[in-house]
Amino acid sequence: MAGSSIMDNLFQRTLEDLIKGFRLQLVGESALISKAVEEIRREIKSTDLDIKSIALQKLSYLSAIYGIDMSWAAFHVVEVMSSSRFAHKKIGYRAASQSFHEGTSVLLLITNQLRKDLSSPNEFEVSLALECLSRIVTIDLARDLTPDVFTLLSSSKVFVRKKAIGVILRVFEKYPDAVRVCFKRLVENLENSDSQIATAAVGVFCELSSKDPRSYLPLAPEFYRILIDSRNNWVLIKTLKIFAKLAPLEPRLGKRIVEPVCELMKKTGAKSLMFECVRTVVTCLSNHESAVKVAISKIGELLVDPDPNLRFLGLHALSDVAPTHLWAVLENQEVVIKSLSDEDPNIKLESLCLVMAMVSESNVADISKVLVNYALKSDPEFCNEILGSILTTCSRNVYEIIIDFDWYVSLLGEMSRIPNCQKGEEIEAQLIDIGMRVKDARLQLVQVGRDLVIDPALLGNVHLHRILCAAAWVVGEYVEVASNPFELMDALLQPRTNLLPPSVRAVYIHSSFKILVFCLDCCLMQNQEHVSSLDSSNLAVGYSGLVAGKKHTETRDFASCEGPTHDAQNEGFSPQNSMDSSEQLAVQNNAVRIVTQDQTSIATSLEKNNFTLESIVGLLNLIELVLSPLAANPDVEILERARNVLSFVQLIKAEISDNSNQNVDILDKKDAQVSAIVKLMCDAFSDELGPVSLNAQGRVAVPDGLVLNENLDDLNAICGDIELPSSSSFSIGGPHFGTTSDASPFNLPKKEETEPLNESASLLEHRKRHGLYYLPSEKNEITYDDYPPPNDPQKKTNLNDESEDLSKLAGQSLSLKKRPNQTKPRPVVVKLDDGDVVPISVKKPEPRDDSLSGAVRDVLLGSEAKPSSSQSNPSDKSSGTDKKNLSSYHPSEIKENVIGAEMPDQANPNRKSKHHGRHKERRRSPRKTIEGGEHDQRENKKSSHRHNRHKARQGSSSPLNVAPQTPVIPDFLL
Amino acid sequence: MIKAVLVLNTQGKPRLAKFYEFRPVEKQQELIRNVFSVLCSRAENVSNFVDAESIYGQDARLVYKHFATLYFVFIFDSSENELAMLDLIQVFVETLDKCFRNVCELDVVYNYSKMHSILDEIIIGGQVLETSSTEVIKAIEELSRLEAASNSINLVPKSVSGWRAR
Repeated sequence: MAGSSIMDNLFQRTLEDLIKGFRLQLVGESALISKAVEEIRREIKSTDLDIKSIALQKLSYLSAIYGIDMSWAAFHVVEVMSSSRFAHKKIGYRAASQSFHEGTSVLLLITNQLRKDLSSPNEFEVSLALECLSRIVTIDLARDLTPDVFTLLSSSKVFVRKKAIGVILRVFEKYPDAVRVCFKRLVENLENSDSQIATAAVGVFCELSSKDPRSYLPLAPEFYRILIDSRNNWVLIKTLKIFAKLAPLEPRLGKRIVEPVCELMKKTGAKSLMFECVRTVVTCLSNHESAVKVAISKIGELLVDPDPNLRFLGLHALSDVAPTHLWAVLENQEVVIKSLSDEDPNIKLESLCLVMAMVSESNVADISKVLVNYALKSDPEFCNEILGSILTTCSRNVYEIIIDFDWYVSLLGEMSRIPNCQKGEEIEAQLIDIGMRVKDARLQLVQVGRDLVIDPALLGNVHLHRILCAAAWVVGEYVEVASNPFELMDALLQPRTNLLPPSVRAVYIHSSFKILVFCLDCCLMQNQEHVSSLDSSNLAVGYSGLVAGKKHTETRDFASCEGPTHDAQNEGFSPQNSMDSSEQLAVQNNAVRIVTQDQTSIATSLEKNNFTLESIVGLLNLIELVLSPLAANPDVEILERARNVLSFVQLIKAEISDNSNQNVDILDKKDAQVSAIVKLMCDAFSDELGPVSLNAQGRVAVPDGLVLNENLDDLNAICGDIELPSSSSFSIGGPHFGTTSDASPFNLPKKEETEPLNESASLLEHRKRHGLYYLPSEKNEITYDDYPPPNDPQKKTNLNDESEDLSKLAGQSLSLKKRPNQTKPRPVVVKLDDGDVVPISVKKPEPRDDSLSGAVRDVLLGSEAKPSSSQSNPSDKSSGTDKKNLSSYHPSEIKENVIGAEMPDQANPNRKSKHHGRHKERRRSPRKTIEGGEHDQRENKKSSHRHNRHKARQGSSSPLNVAPQTPVIPDFLL
Repeated sequence: MIKAVLVLNTQGKPRLAKFYEFRPVEKQQELIRNVFSVLCSRAENVSNFVDAESIYGQDARLVYKHFATLYFVFIFDSSENELAMLDLIQVFVETLDKCFRNVCELDVVYNYSKMHSILDEIIIGGQVLETSSTEVIKAIEELSRLEAASNSINLVPKSVSGWRAR
């Protein structure tokens, strides 16, 4: 046995050997690793600590570099740590700090080892233990070792002391009660003349104050002194960081430090310190104009520095200052714009941010133009950054800054055509959103949509499919403002649409359906008009004439009237050859429209589009030709929609062709049928779609017997064998409908609908087996109106709640910023009362370590002598279960304490006190009692709610702790 | 606070990885890969900052420096100054240079443990404690002496006792 140990010892590979092996790479890396681990597993069991420690060293190396798990060796780590030899100890400690964590069970075993090493006379052993403790400290370790670390805080060896200071931060985080013991000594270290110790202490306070600045306000004088006296850049930077946190809480502090900060900024040669000064000024001293001016001049220097790091930071600081001092950005406008073409991606992004910050409603068009030009020249990634930020900025607050929607819609069209554009979804959402919200933009929208769908080249671009989907929807939905429905129909049915994904293609088909219905309706109406203009006594005759179309057996009057219509149709509106001449016509129509400003009237478009029977028949034939093959499409969306359209077409066709050889009476009836059908479809599509409130779904009553809370995961098992298409639903409404349709119980049938038809037998089987059925058909009465689905919740919303009127007008920007050169008023943008956009939830960072700040405050306010009755169970408290304790330590309290006593006439925007005030009964600080007298007079001066509440609570406050307090911020500072 | 220090070579092989908060090894490896994929796509002569929020989480920043075949990467939060961190990388590299006399990747590879010792002198628990390379070197030299001493003291008795025990 001993022999094998010797052999192992002689032939064991050291870490260096291992590394050499890796470099030689005779076998593959993974083979080498598994071999080494195997070796280590054997060696680490050795009783010889030399062998064990070397094995452990190799294992730590493999773990850190190659990600090999070493948690299995935890006990061996403890063994090696406890070796009396320093070399072993070092390996053990390093392995521990690398692999131990809260969940490591052997952690319980090392407390004594750590304590022994922390009190070792050898400073390097102490250092090892401290380093390890900083990484693996747990609540238990912190509690048990606080006294040892405390002793080290005043060690005479700087080497040990500074490390103890670094470690104390981690101890505080885990075990806030340590503050009571160690805080004073930590503050003393802050004042130490040794710069290493001061660096460490300031670093700790910087970390502490970043989490809960309010508690450290009382230390402001110490920090101020450091700011004035210190010559160490590291210390100064950290001090500035602390002040950046403290100054917003105490306005007079800002006044006090602004001068030394400016001095530093001007004098220092260190760029890092200078930049920190600049950052401090722009983030928290931005109301001190003179300081901001100095800072901005410094930023100006940074912006033209050859070092890209400084340029980047300069731009960064500029975007910090932009919200409050936009002039600073405008002053540096040229540099910013120039930076857009910098080779550094960071700089480009930052300058893009700044450019977007400059956007206002007066310059949005110009800036967008510049940016789109940049986008064309940039690499794909940055191009999309640019497009993305244009889209976000312009759509902010429901298109707040957009006045000319025609321009914006054209811009969207233009952006879609940028080769690298990958913002399809965003553009899709906005096209539809604008269509729904801005009535006046629809004309241009349809125009843009037409240009997009008509271009066969665009169909091949995958990134454009979403945009095309929106364009197709727009032209279908708002076809009444289209210049030429026939060419739209051609575009929607063009052969290359087979390149589209099924979900988009379904939208295409459905849009063509809408257009068809519109054309038929117009045709009927047009002829109705003709009839009435002819003053015909019998409406039925007129009707039959219109349906019979070209039959020359009709009265001469009618024929003469019909004649010119025919001509027009033959010239320009035959669907087969409309492509060439339609362009010209569209332009004409446009011109007419712009002159008359008559944008939506159906009558006008009726006049321009002469719907004759011939053109309609052509249209029907075209649809039949194109869609017939789709009636057997494997995708259910396409199939459904194609069949819908086809059967409708067949119905109409049958009616039309039949009536040629019928007598007048039957014609009359048939005709009435056609118009009834068309009327029905028209009504189905005529409902205006609007934005849907996020809460709409919540207002829809849940049908009886529907269990919404049922776990739908079960569906996966049931639908397991059903093949779902990747794009399972055609949520045309984009994000605005997302919530509604997602949460909707109607999702369930929709999922099933997507199943291909040929599996319908198995589906039936499924339903039988699992008892799953489509939901009650109450909403499916209008069979053709199932698209788009969110329409339904919206209708219900309107019915259910009158107060949620959809059409809230948003003309406020007009009244606010009317510009003289504004030729046309901003169109109405529909907004919802209760917000139809996803609310940006402003999460206030909850102070996590309430108990820590509470402890700090206790120490700073001099109440550490108090019997720790409320903290009798430390582990309880730090784990956050003791609610009363937590709430009683809320920072708002110190605010009240400090402010209440020191600055009675300072208005405090203290938001937190409102929320947490009611918890504060347990521990009222004596300050309150002292204040009691001042209250009456102060109350007259200001009627702040807070103080009223404050006073009201006074009665219930119990004098739990009665330690006397000193003013926390000495007057000299304020 | 500094969250992690990484040294990678230009092929993406980690040469040193030190995390100041516990992370499972798989996460560490993933992070190293992510960092490298960002770094290797960056051109020379561009700024040394990388947006690390996507890599490391909220409020994370990353600075790196490229020396010969190595990337030195520091990941930290808003309590540190970016330029100061760049300086710190400089301090670290200078210290290595002094320790190994003209440091190259091979030194870093073979002196894994010494690299750690050096780093531990500069940073403890994510806090920067020492910014002077002379101080660091002083400590490191003493540390190696102690290590060597502890080895030599024990070498004789152990082997002798080993023989005797047989």
